[in-house]
Amino acid sequence: MSVEAITIILVLITFAIYTGIGWWSRVNDTSNFYVAGQGVPTVANGAAIAADWMSAASFISMAGLVAFLGYDGTIYLMGWTGGYVLLALLLAPYLRKFGKFTVPDFIGDRFYSSSARSVAAVATIFISLTYISGQMRGVGIVFSRYLQVDIVVGVLIGMAIVGFFALLGGMKGVTWTQAIQYFVIIIAFIIPAVAISLQLTGNPVPQLALTTSDIVDRLGQIQVDLGMTEYMAPFTDLSLLNVFMVTLALMAGTAGLPHVIVRFYTVKSVRAARWSAVWAIIFIGLLYLTAPAVGAFAKYNLIDTIADKPIEEVQSIEWVSKWETTGLLQLDDQNGDGVVNFTGGDDNEVVIDGDIIVLSTPEVANLAPFIIALVAAGGLAAALSTASGLLITMTSAVSHDIYYRIFNKTASEAQRLRVGRITLLIALGIAAYVGINPPGFAGEVVALAFGLGAASLFPVILLGIFDKRMNKEGAVAGIITGLSFTLIMIGAILSPSIIGTEEPILNSFFGINAQGVGVIGMLLNFIVSFIVSRMTPEPPSEIQQLIENVRAPELDEQPEQSVNEK
Amino acid sequence: MKQTLNEKQRWYWKKNIKLILSLLVVWALVGYGGAILLAEPLYHVRFFNVSLSYWIAHQGSILVFILLILIYALRMDKLDKKYKAMLKDGE
Repeated sequence: MSVEAITIILVLITFAIYTGIGWWSRVNDTSNFYVAGQGVPTVANGAAIAADWMSAASFISMAGLVAFLGYDGTIYLMGWTGGYVLLALLLAPYLRKFGKFTVPDFIGDRFYSSSARSVAAVATIFISLTYISGQMRGVGIVFSRYLQVDIVVGVLIGMAIVGFFALLGGMKGVTWTQAIQYFVIIIAFIIPAVAISLQLTGNPVPQLALTTSDIVDRLGQIQVDLGMTEYMAPFTDLSLLNVFMVTLALMAGTAGLPHVIVRFYTVKSVRAARWSAVWAIIFIGLLYLTAPAVGAFAKYNLIDTIADKPIEEVQSIEWVSKWETTGLLQLDDQNGDGVVNFTGGDDNEVVIDGDIIVLSTPEVANLAPFIIALVAAGGLAAALSTASGLLITMTSAVSHDIYYRIFNKTASEAQRLRVGRITLLIALGIAAYVGINPPGFAGEVVALAFGLGAASLFPVILLGIFDKRMNKEGAVAGIITGLSFTLIMIGAILSPSIIGTEEPILNSFFGINAQGVGVIGMLLNFIVSFIVSRMTPEPPSEIQQLIENVRAPELDEQPEQSVNEK
Repeated sequence: MKQTLNEKQRWYWKKNIKLILSLLVVWALVGYGGAILLAEPLYHVRFFNVSLSYWIAHQGSILVFILLILIYALRMDKLDKKYKAMLKDGE
């Protein structure tokens, strides 16, 4: 049986499982639609957070980015894990204690203001839409390579499946489906990693093999010999300042991502929120500790297979020719010497899209077709699980925070559910459009969403909990300043791909690139909200009381506290 | 719901803040110190077969982040227990 046939069968089996779970846990009332009735066990919630979190960017792109950035790839490795420390210590327990539906809900109630709620809802929609556009490219790549369909068809199939699951199950269906998807993702990531590790170093544990074998040293030596940068040396691709700033933006952004935060409402107590965070970081850490090994091994294998080899020999390798037809791998014998020159300079003849590193790794290493199919199923699980989480979050921002809480306070459950489902369909349409016409590289776009989260939501949630004096004037001014500064800076630095100017309007913000500029937006947000809040009246006493209450220890695990009671 | 926290609740909140701050200091020292600000000097220190700063940046820091969150959950469980014991003694 061909690789493609096995892939289709495996993907169909996993989809049948997801559908079964979505059907089994289908819901009919809004509280379950958004937060799964707060009855999800911590381990399952942790796995769901991990699957929700680990998107096409983590599964498909990250190891490839690390392979090409070497040391500086730590911006993604640390940035996308270290943020959980902030989330687990500073936000999750208190947001759970506060016990609301959504992030705009917390901000709207804490800052006793509809404008704060709508600003937060708009930030949520912005962040989620930016993020989801990165997922669709992942889906498109997997389908176009393994199902041999056009990328447009691939994206449309993906959107239909995501919409189907989200409409059917709501948050509860998504939570259980995501818990299962996590195991598909992690198995699909680890099995090839172990196989390659064994093959290259004789050690089956990729993390140990990376540290104790001489593979990274050898890779470094080969790269230097070929004229690339030393793999292990810091700051060869990004400056120290940018590594610092992008890491911080990704960390604070992680803590400010509404679709991740909302997960901590789906547990039954503050204690359960803390332990959900523990399980989530363990599950996420497993993939993130494996990715640097996959990156280094894949790079080594790739160079070893194609560098300085006769071009005809290389092009006759099956995986090379298949990826060449997708256009994501290009070989061009520019100097006509019949040999593939893979270097870091102008004489480089290999153009390789980082997004294919993980997907092609099992083929490069000659692993069994079943493993290749497994990786494709894992990539799809990663992209689909994140996309459904984002869709639910966006839907609740519109139907709950904007429609119900601001425009129609007497809306019935059925009306809200209907608005939610209509929003979901519109969001699906936009996401499909963006997926077919991506505005830039997937990784870039995703990292921008984090900058926006860091600059807008993270500071106000943090101050809302830890600064009792923070009032609505401060919060609204802070979000608007942080969000608009970051949007303008991103627009100016990436102007060639966003508004189509010849040259970027701004090269960088004092040396900080577009991915890291959210940190400055975040600092401005903190400063502006602090100053404005001190110059305006303090929050009303019932709000101060509310904050005291959030800080007080929780005596017993509250049984199924209903979030509908206001 | 009380207007302000009572003495025991304030004690609990202070303990909580102290724990958070000490864990965040470790978070910053490892992530931003070891892996970024000290990346150049630690590059010349060997750790098994790789450089120490590379190992921290690609493996060690993630392990530390996992530990920090675990320690927080464990310590807060203990603090909850202590607080409940205090309430009983006070009655």
